[in-house]
Amino acid sequence: MQLIPCPWCGDRDEVEFHYGGQAHLVHPADPDALSDEEWAGYLFLRDNPAGWFAERWSHAAGCRRWFNVLRHTVTHEVYGAYLPGEPVPVIAS
Amino acid sequence: MALAEPPGHPASLWRNPEPRRTYDVVIVGAGGHGLATAYYLAKNHGIEDVAVIERGWLAGGNMARNTAIIRSNYLWDESAALYEHAMKLWEGLSEELDYDVLFSQRGVLNLAHSLQDVRDGVRRVEANRLQGVDAEWLTPEQVKEFCPVVNVSPKARYPVLGATLQRRAGIARHDHVAWAYARAADALGVDLIQNCEVTGITVRGDRVTGVETDRGPVTAGRVALAVAGHSTLLAEMAGLRLPVQSHPLQALVSELLEPVLPCVVMSNAVHVYVSQAHKGELVLGAGVDQYNSYGRRGGFHVIQQQMAAALELFPAFARARVLRTWGGVVDVSPDASPIVGRTPVDGLYLNCGWGTGGFKATPGAGWVYAHTIAHDRPHPLNEPYSLERFTTGALIDEHGAAAVAH
Repeated sequence: MQLIPCPWCGDRDEVEFHYGGQAHLVHPADPDALSDEEWAGYLFLRDNPAGWFAERWSHAAGCRRWFNVLRHTVTHEVYGAYLPGEPVPVIAS
Repeated sequence: MALAEPPGHPASLWRNPEPRRTYDVVIVGAGGHGLATAYYLAKNHGIEDVAVIERGWLAGGNMARNTAIIRSNYLWDESAALYEHAMKLWEGLSEELDYDVLFSQRGVLNLAHSLQDVRDGVRRVEANRLQGVDAEWLTPEQVKEFCPVVNVSPKARYPVLGATLQRRAGIARHDHVAWAYARAADALGVDLIQNCEVTGITVRGDRVTGVETDRGPVTAGRVALAVAGHSTLLAEMAGLRLPVQSHPLQALVSELLEPVLPCVVMSNAVHVYVSQAHKGELVLGAGVDQYNSYGRRGGFHVIQQQMAAALELFPAFARARVLRTWGGVVDVSPDASPIVGRTPVDGLYLNCGWGTGGFKATPGAGWVYAHTIAHDRPHPLNEPYSLERFTTGALIDEHGAAAVAH
């Protein structure tokens, strides 16, 4: 089981969390202006990298707040959590 | 359960040729779907200048990791038609390929535990009858008769209120399926190339011209992807984004037991599916781990949950010991239905998004994918499964409808 670092509650078992998929999706500014292809992209196309992935988690069985986590999809290593609205952390090499 | 003759050593069933520099068709991925596609390309369409290129070893991905359940009792017409086509092919497959795939039509029960489950099950039985798919509704007493080991006590935490039964459904031996297709495709002239990783897809203008591999470039008139959980990574090499997410899917087996479970039992509400393999181990699976991953492993709490669900249905299994658990990477699409068809790149074809349910479709998927590649247009059965459906909105929403949650 992965330990997910909730920014408010600290490290907790993954079972306490709900996964929200890719972070930093932006709702279209002018939805009426979108073509069908652009709507399809907004609704259905998500990044699916084998590597570092900025994703949303919700501490569903805890403080119930949403936040973002930078996590590696092959090793499951967690680089860290950060608040919604903050930029993706830069990974120090 | 009758035991079949042990199979021949797999290495003797096909050649292991060096890749040639050019082929008419390159199929990426030597899993069940890729091998079946190669076989039907050669057999049905006379296209024998085909290479199946595999990064690892033949059938070492999800083909080696699935729970081998075969059924066609899906809700929607598009799904039932495709899976029933596969079912009919399964019924003649050992004879067709001259190799026993140990297809055992022992029946699949989908249990209902709530009034809504009952309504959904009865609806699906009626839909299946209209679709020409065999389906029956069983009362709890009939469930007990068909599968005595299931706990149908009304005192159970999730009592069994009935079940759908597809008698023609069952299991097959997954390795034999892969080896049978591989041997037959090889005999028709298809090159099966293992330990050869595709590192790039070459596109000139709007047209695919071949692939780059770690054993050199291979030019090809047509390139067909059949790489399941790694589909988005491969498609990206040709500049395509796919509406697919990769998740871990886990399964497990018990130690070998005497015959105890005569059929396949699935339960959506408590969320587990169980069968007993030919050798005697109980094979159990459930749903995907929630997060994106290519790690081929998942959390142990998912295993715990599926064991708890299994014990709810089969208290007798409490003393069975887990022998082995494992995980694979599955490609989940937004409507839990596959994507099989052309792409915006001419000559590049796509077979992905099968998620947790690709094994049962193996012969049918290969059949329609080969047709699509040979004619550069989909077979009527996979026409609804185009990539464009996410733009047009003509989704085939099998989430929940397919008799099991994804």
